[in-house]
This record gives sequence, structure tokens and C-alpha cells, in this order.
Amino acid sequence: MQLLTDFFSGLLGLIISPLGVILLLSALAYYFALKKSSGFYAEHGREVHSLPFYNASYVALSIFLPAAVFLLIFSIVAPMVYQSMVETTYQNHLQSLTDFQQSNFINNVFALTTGNITSKSSEMITEASQYLTSLMNVGQYVRWFGTIGFAAIFGFLAYRAVNPRLRARNRVEIIIKTLLIICSIIAILTTIGIVLSLVFESLRFFQKVPITEFLFGMHWSPQTSIRPGQVSAEGSFAALPLIAGTMLITFIAMLVAGPIGLMSAIYLSDYASPKFRSIAKPVLEILAGIPTVVYGFFAALTVAPLIRGWGESIGLSVSSESALAAGLVMGIMIIPLVSSLSDDVINSVPQAMRDGSYGLGATKSETIRQVVLPAALPGIVSAMLLAVSRAIGETMIVVMAAGLAANLTINPLEAVTTVTVQIVTLLVGDQEFDSAKTLAAFALGLLLFVITLTLNVIALRVVQKYREQYE
Amino acid sequence: MEVQSAVKDKVEQDKAMALKEETAKTAANTAAKTVKMSGKDVCVYYGEKQALFDVNLDILENSVTSLIGPSGCGKSTFLRCLNRMNDVIDICRVTGEITLEGDDIYDPSLDVVELRARVGMVFQKPNPFPKSIYDNVAYGPRIHGITADRTELDELVESSLQKAGLWNEVKDRVAESGTGLSGGQQQRLCIARAIATKPDVILMDEPCSALDPIATATIEELIDELRANYTIVIVTHSMQQAARVSQRTAFFHLGKIIEEGETTQIFTNPQDEKTQDYITGRFG
Repeated sequence: MQLLTDFFSGLLGLIISPLGVILLLSALAYYFALKKSSGFYAEHGREVHSLPFYNASYVALSIFLPAAVFLLIFSIVAPMVYQSMVETTYQNHLQSLTDFQQSNFINNVFALTTGNITSKSSEMITEASQYLTSLMNVGQYVRWFGTIGFAAIFGFLAYRAVNPRLRARNRVEIIIKTLLIICSIIAILTTIGIVLSLVFESLRFFQKVPITEFLFGMHWSPQTSIRPGQVSAEGSFAALPLIAGTMLITFIAMLVAGPIGLMSAIYLSDYASPKFRSIAKPVLEILAGIPTVVYGFFAALTVAPLIRGWGESIGLSVSSESALAAGLVMGIMIIPLVSSLSDDVINSVPQAMRDGSYGLGATKSETIRQVVLPAALPGIVSAMLLAVSRAIGETMIVVMAAGLAANLTINPLEAVTTVTVQIVTLLVGDQEFDSAKTLAAFALGLLLFVITLTLNVIALRVVQKYREQYE
Repeated sequence: MEVQSAVKDKVEQDKAMALKEETAKTAANTAAKTVKMSGKDVCVYYGEKQALFDVNLDILENSVTSLIGPSGCGKSTFLRCLNRMNDVIDICRVTGEITLEGDDIYDPSLDVVELRARVGMVFQKPNPFPKSIYDNVAYGPRIHGITADRTELDELVESSLQKAGLWNEVKDRVAESGTGLSGGQQQRLCIARAIATKPDVILMDEPCSALDPIATATIEELIDELRANYTIVIVTHSMQQAARVSQRTAFFHLGKIIEEGETTQIFTNPQDEKTQDYITGRFG
């Protein structure tokens, strides 16, 4: 019952918010525009340029979009305006404070006004808060009038424009196209933003630690002093042992996933009966759906002790967190990726190619080895490279199974650490944002990004260059 | 009296000899055309659906047999039975008997790989492998171990390309990809590829349907030349093509052979009304 009331009060809140109102207005406008255009459509029929649906959609969108854009801009700009107005009004008071105290003052004013907990209150703060409250009241009016005003003006213009010759269909198409473009621009801009933040933070890191040491040094131990004057080791940040560990684990993983994934793909696409295929494919996809953290503890708690036990039984010393265990389990995790990508590629080799080979008296395996695989090779190479970038970027399994010791080794039985594991350990817990230790995470992230990007670009180029154009 | 009878005997003997020679002569005429492949009561089923009904057809050596008929009449299905390409389709089932030089090709002891080496196939759409021209032609010989060494293989590739009338056009670029050739060249490459495995019979499934008229004319000439050494079965939708290239024609309709015989007879004097209607373009 409580839940139901909450739900309805939430719904009511949405409806009486500006967004709810413009939605309601758009719906109403849709109805009336539909009525109007249906009227002349019934009268003139095919002479009308656009169907009633398009006319109505055009009017509804003309109401919704400008008002929604206004709301969005308002909610971004308004707080900035409030703050600068508070700052100008209390200029004299603020000038007597330090930078830190200034931002503290502003924060407290905002917190008090919006009903959040303040660290401390003073007369000045209470006064400023009252000023801010009055500002916000005005802001509310601006918000409501602005929203409804935009909706009304554009809605009226659009509704008036509805006539038999209005090219509403074309306009709706343009609006839809614009919406799609905006969505893709958001995706692209976000990516660019992330990359830029990586680059700039990395640059800050390279001011503290020379890039040559980061790339070509041999020793990784990121322990630096937490407080100034504390006695501790001078941190050394050389990514080479991490890269080596990452490569070792990736290599082991691909050793497992490459052959098994590819061969199961061949079996599924060319040998398996449709019935077996219909069962095996979903099972492989389930394997792809297991959360990596589950693989992680499977590696750490089952596989690693098993390998250790075997190693000891034949007289090898195996560390309890070995690259082998992490690599093996990661390989199992990547099998579905390799096999489903390769399966697609192999299936896209035309049947005519296989028929040609069978028609010359080739057996199934001869056909696959000599015709199908060469034809599918670019796709398979790119599938493998994608799997490699997946393995390089994988975190959870290695965090749990590979260990933290940055050994520069190629012995799969020893503990190694990877780039991703180190990023996790660098950022877990309370950190200073400008210490070399924290910034190192950004540099490592950038390195990782560059490596996987390079691999993906190579994969794409390989596919483009060697793809056979089948009709 | 005895002498007389002896003379009479002699005369009769001579007569008998002459008669024997006569029959031998006519026999020799058809003996050049011995039966190479033969289908007896062939029925084909795709799952529950029957595609061919009791098809009986003899394919004569060193001649071109064309299979004509409207789409879906089963002519391609019959063609694909002749080298067991239907085995590739899971739900396909073949009954009846098909023989190659008297041996049942559906006999369990027969190796389908060997059969397909002897009965080559050229498909509707040119389907060269994404390999070099040389490797395309050398594909069959390599699989079947036909040649002993590299020089022999080179010679076989060259002679196959020559027989397919492609050698002069590609002799300078046999190392280039076969997929870079034009459509007509690709189809001749596929024919060269089939010839290279030294087959007895070549099956062609509408080999010219994806080609322009000039390339078609080249292929038709080629088929006529190949007849000297190979037995050819060709499925075609073009009545003119059947009339031009083949010596014998079989008309399929709804999974049955309506009529078969000499091409000239089928096209000038068909016995069945349906054949008449089809070749004059009244249906199909």
C-alpha cells in the first residue's frame, strides 16, 4: 500500500513538473493536429502532401523539443547563475576569506538552502541562504514560464502551419535524422572526453616521472610516502614488468582460446547437425554470459590450487597465484568470443565455394583447410586480435588469480601482475589525487588504451584489406 | 549336284557375310556412342517432398546431353545426382540406380571422392577459389595426387588452361588471384579446374546463365571442342543453347522425363505435346 502511494505521488510529481506538462501538451497538440489534418485529408485525399500522422507528429515534436531543450539548458545554466549572483552580492565578505574558505562558504550556502547538512552555520551564511532562496523562487518562475512559453509559441506556429500543402513528412524525417545525429555525437564526444582526460592526467604524471623511465625502466613498486617527510621507499614506476605480465597471461589465454574456439567454430559451422548446433550455440553463449568475477574465483579457488598440486606432484615449485591459472581460466572465458566471431566469418564463406571444392572430389577437411579457412582468414585474424584486446583489458580474473607481485618473468608458474590489476590496486582506498601513485593509474590506462586501440585498428585494416568481395 | 549345292552354299555364305558387315557398320555408328552413364528409376526426395519420379536416362559417351525444362522441374537435381553432390544436402535421399560405365555410383563400396574426380562439375555462378589462377587449376590434381612433380603439374595446369581456351589470356599472370578475372574468364577457369582432375564426364549446371552473350558464345564453342574427349551433361534454360551445343536432349517436367532423344528430333519433331509447347515457348 505504501509502495502504491509512493508510486502515485511520484507519478503526480512527474506530471506537474515542467517535463510532464510539455509531454501532456504535446499529446494534446498531437490529438488536435490529427483532427485538423484528418479533416482536410478526408476532403482532399491524395492531393494532401503528408498523411495526418505526420502532421500530428510534426506539431507534437514542435512543442516537445524546443521546450525540452530549454529545460535542459536551464538546469545546466541556472546553478551557475545563482552562484555568480551570490558571489557578486557577498563580494565584500568573500574577499576577506582564503580560497578554501570561499568555496566552503558557497558550499554551505547551497547546502543550507537545499536542506542538506551544513558543516557550520554563521549569520552571514543564513543571510546568503535567504538571498539564494529568493533567487531560486524567481528561477522557478523563469523555468515554468520559459517551458510553457516555448511550448506555446512553437506549438501555435506549427499548428497554424498545418495545411494540405505542409511538407510535414519531410520535416519529421529531418527531425528524426537530427535526433539520431545528436545521439551519435554524444557517444563520440564522451569517448573523446575520456581519452582527453586520460591524456592530460598522464601528462601530469609524466611531469613527476619521466616517460622514459615509465616505458623502459625495469622495476615497478608504486609505494610512495603518504605524508611529506615520511620515511618510505622512493616509488619507482616502470610499466615493463606489468606489460610483460599482461602479455604472458594473454599469451596463455590465447593458447587456450585460439585453437579451441576456432576448431569448435569449424565443427559448429561445417560438421554439426542442425540439431546439435541449435543446442551447442546457446550453451557457448551462456559461457559468454558468466560474470568475470565468477571466473575469477573459479581461477583463484579451484584452478590455481589444482595446478599447484599437480606441479608439486611432479616436483615443480608453483606459486599459489600463478600466471598459468589466470591465463587458463581467461582462455576459457574468451573461447565463446573467438568461436562465435569465427563462426560468423566461416558461415559467410559462400556455399558455392564449398560446392566447387566438393565437386572436384575434395573431402570435407580438405575443403575447410584449403578453401574455407583461407577465404575466412582475414575475419579469423581480426577475431583473434579482438580476443587479444579483450584478454589484455580483462581485470577481474587476474586480480583474483594472478597476484600483485610485479615479477619480470616468462615462467608461467610464477605470480605475475598485469596493467589492469595495478590500476585497481593504485586506486582502491583513499588516495591523493595529485600523487604520482594515483596519476600512474592514468598513465597505465593510457598505455592500455593505446595497445588495445592499435590491435583493433590492425584488426580492422586486416579485414578491409584482405576481405574477398562475395556477391 | 554336289558342286551346285556347294556353289549355292558359297553364295549364301557371302550373303550372310555381307549382312553381318552391314549390321557391324550400323553397330559401329552407334558404338562410337556407347552408354557412359545411365540412370534407372531414379527417384529423389528432399525430406517428404519428392523431386524426381522414376527418371530413366542414358548419357552417351563423347556427346553433349542437354537437360531442359521449366524451373523446378528437377533437371538440376538429376544433374547433381550424377556426381552425388546431393550428398551435401542432409535431407536429400536418392533411390534407383545410377551407373558410370556399368558400376553403381551409389554402391556403398564406391568412394565418392573418386567418383567426383571422374565426374567433374561446373556451376551456375563462376566460383573460383580465392587463390591464384595456378592454384585454382592445381587444386584437384594436388588433392588427388595426379602429378608426380612440379614440372608435371605445371604442364597439366597449362594444358588444362589451354583446353579451356584461357591460356592465352592468363599465361602472364597465373600467379594472380582467380577472383580478379572477368565473369566469362572465371567460368572458363572453373572449366579448366574441372578438366585438370582428368574427368570422364563434365557436368555443367547452367554454366552461362551469369554471363554476357559474348562470353556465352566462347563457352559454347569450348563445350563443342571438349566433346571430343569428354562426355558432357549440361543443364540450360536457353533452348537455343541446347540446340546449338547438344547432340541429345532430355525434356524434364514436374520431376519426370517427358521426352528424350536426338536434339534435332526433339527440336524439329517432338513426339509429346508438352515438349512441343515448351520448345515453342508456350509455357515454362
